[in-house]
Amino acid sequence: MQSIVEFKNIFKSYPGVIANDDVSFNIKEQSIHAILGENGAGKSTLVKILYGHVKPDSGEILINSDLAIINSPSTAKNLGINMVFQHFSLFESLTVAENLILGMNENISLTKLKDKSKTICDKYGFNLNLNSPISSLSVGQRQSVEIVRSLLNNPKILIMDEPTSVLTPDEISKLFKIIKNLVKDGLTVIFISHKLEEIINLSDYVTIMRNGKVVSTISTQNEDPETLGYKMLGYKVSKAKQVRDINFSKDIFNIKNLSTQSKDPFTINLNTIDLNLKKGQIFGIAGVAGNGQKELMEILLNENDYEFSGDIIFKDLNINNLSTFQRKSLSISYVTEERLGHSAVPEMSLSENIFLSMNHKSEFKKGDFINFEKINSYASDVIKNFNVDTPSYNVKAGKLSGGNLQKFIIGREIMSNPELLILSQPTWGIDAGSEAFIKKTIVELSQKGVSIIIISHDLDELLEVCHQISVLYEGSLSNPLNVEDINITKLGKYMGGLFD
Amino acid sequence: MVFLIRVQLREDYSNLIFYLSPLVAVALTLFFGSFIFLILDLSPIESFKIFFISPISNSYGISELFVKATPLAIIALGLSYCFKNNIYNIGAEGQLTMGAIFGGGIGLLFNDSTSVFLLPLMILFGAIGGAFWATIPAILKTKFNTNEILTSLMLTYVALFILDYFVVGPWKDPAGYGLPKSMPFPDAGRLPVLFDGLRVHIGVYFAIIICFITYIVYNKTLFGFKLKVSGLSSKASQYAGFKYKNLIFYTFIISGACAGLAGLFEVSGPIGLLYRDISPNYGFTAIIVAFLGRLNPFGIILSSLLIALTYLGAEDAQLFLKIPSAVGFVFQGLVLFFLLGTDFLNKYRVFIK
Repeated sequence: MQSIVEFKNIFKSYPGVIANDDVSFNIKEQSIHAILGENGAGKSTLVKILYGHVKPDSGEILINSDLAIINSPSTAKNLGINMVFQHFSLFESLTVAENLILGMNENISLTKLKDKSKTICDKYGFNLNLNSPISSLSVGQRQSVEIVRSLLNNPKILIMDEPTSVLTPDEISKLFKIIKNLVKDGLTVIFISHKLEEIINLSDYVTIMRNGKVVSTISTQNEDPETLGYKMLGYKVSKAKQVRDINFSKDIFNIKNLSTQSKDPFTINLNTIDLNLKKGQIFGIAGVAGNGQKELMEILLNENDYEFSGDIIFKDLNINNLSTFQRKSLSISYVTEERLGHSAVPEMSLSENIFLSMNHKSEFKKGDFINFEKINSYASDVIKNFNVDTPSYNVKAGKLSGGNLQKFIIGREIMSNPELLILSQPTWGIDAGSEAFIKKTIVELSQKGVSIIIISHDLDELLEVCHQISVLYEGSLSNPLNVEDINITKLGKYMGGLFD
Repeated sequence: MVFLIRVQLREDYSNLIFYLSPLVAVALTLFFGSFIFLILDLSPIESFKIFFISPISNSYGISELFVKATPLAIIALGLSYCFKNNIYNIGAEGQLTMGAIFGGGIGLLFNDSTSVFLLPLMILFGAIGGAFWATIPAILKTKFNTNEILTSLMLTYVALFILDYFVVGPWKDPAGYGLPKSMPFPDAGRLPVLFDGLRVHIGVYFAIIICFITYIVYNKTLFGFKLKVSGLSSKASQYAGFKYKNLIFYTFIISGACAGLAGLFEVSGPIGLLYRDISPNYGFTAIIVAFLGRLNPFGIILSSLLIALTYLGAEDAQLFLKIPSAVGFVFQGLVLFFLLGTDFLNKYRVFIK
């Protein structure tokens, strides 16, 4: 098979960072070619260059051995290159067919387009009703719309940027089947991911990138997640070891019959949620994003006096009406999904960011005055104990990398000796080293008797650290599953809303 | 080829330039201001001399500079609390007026008093009057989510009409030949001057004390920290457990009290009675002072002196150059315009693609 795309010495820099450094590799025609790397390794920049979204500083791209100058996405489309982005660009209030016709370059009637789309859907097994509005579609179906839209342009090359990050296990296996069929029919798929197992299951070849450079381009045949992970990071990451055969007894935290009745069409209403958390237990709340995680977190944190019915009980005390401040004073700690601008202020120093979350503690205050000495020493301890890579506590939080800042924030909460720690997406978008460190820290914390709730889309993460997992689907929480006897098929069904 | 002007957030915008940009703005104001003089057929250098140097070339001029700078500084220091909290109270002029009505009212009520307590009582009521007027937009904002820019501004005109009513109505001086003004305050209700024969008064001390208190509040206290956080990110402020509505009230009350204080100082200091035009827009100009001083208490003191100079310069320019004193406001406007411009360019990169 010949190469359909050849990257030759691609170089792209942004102020302060080299995104692509002398990137060269070939992609074989009619193959599934994965690009693997951590966040910030330069994968997205590279495919955006191929799609004409970003202009490289230097270097060439050859398509079918011919030099291609790709100035814009429309040039790319003319060359047969299409891309499905991680974030969808669909009009919510329009129907599927209307969205499809908007993406067409050629003039085509709606009936003709519907026929054409229907052929594609039937052939590859996309389950789409062309007349339903986008707003009624699940995330997986929306992605199907995006893919069908690309296929209508008869592409030769399809780029998919982290397509599985929003899907349930069930939807992922369906998607993989579709991709394999598409390749059989002549398409070349470029698949960006940082999930090792997926890449091994799906792709033929993988290009591994680290810090903007290509580490190697190899066949996936003789690789397993461990060897691939080592190549991606350049060091070994050990998994956290959670002890699971414990009889938890003491109740710490209970949610009883929690429901909301918001009329806001852009919020998910929670539906009679029950949750029981014991001392020393880690409880995971899984589920695809947008199923009520944000709303649940808001109620737990009580930032906006969110209205709900039901009871939230912490150590026999009903905390329904307690403010954020009062809940923190009861030794409940929170780490929100957004780091910058929510659980930390980027423009303020690390020390000030300590006080941001610890202002309820009397040891940091002298009357109405702030005791900066105590805060600074607390900040130093966090930096030391949680391996935060920073020259000093006077550095602004916004200057830290995602992983470092997350270690700092989680460290800040842990050092205050919480009895209950509630984490939302604790390892989202951070480097593998920090991720492993955070997971290990969380596991150790639970073994010291701290109860932890983790809300996360990342099933692997939950399976690694949790004792029990429930799935949140359209505002309802499934019955808890014990991690030691969990069954991925069952979990997949739960994530699609099929509870027991 | 389509040319588009693009604006891009700078990731590494400079803190140093943030503090230097007032100087850049002043320099640009002088440069472009010189064209105004050229258009009017005047020599820019001579005109600037009259505008910015001759007003403060004697002790009387320097005293007048402080007379003007004192209310500007006090109001701007108060406003900085609101602005730091991203609350745009632009009704300081009204709060100043209400302070003058409350405090001045006390002076008129006890107009035969010789007590040493009269002046402190007037000062207290001045502050209360301003704070009272500022709580109205605060209530409207927290209860009904109204825009404080509109309500505080509109209340300014209400306050001015209330003052109008008093000075042509119940408080009109019976011996005042029918003019719309009150009786003079008793001596015990007059603000002591610092030097005989000059108008500069003890309000200067208040400005300095408020400046130091503000510095301590901003840098050492929990309250200052709350203001800083909620000004930077309202979500982080919620995460920290701060009650934003309370902060709205506190900042409005502080800025209203400061404006009221400044209003009382004007009527019990240089003016000595109540009449229609007690303030040459100090309440509005103080907004410029606060931003030019970068909401930093010491910066505000410096910028209040500079802006006070534009008031004096405009008076001298009217006298010696025969040009309208409104030129002073033109300069104030130019400074604000260039300041906002430099801030924008410091924060964003503008380029054509």
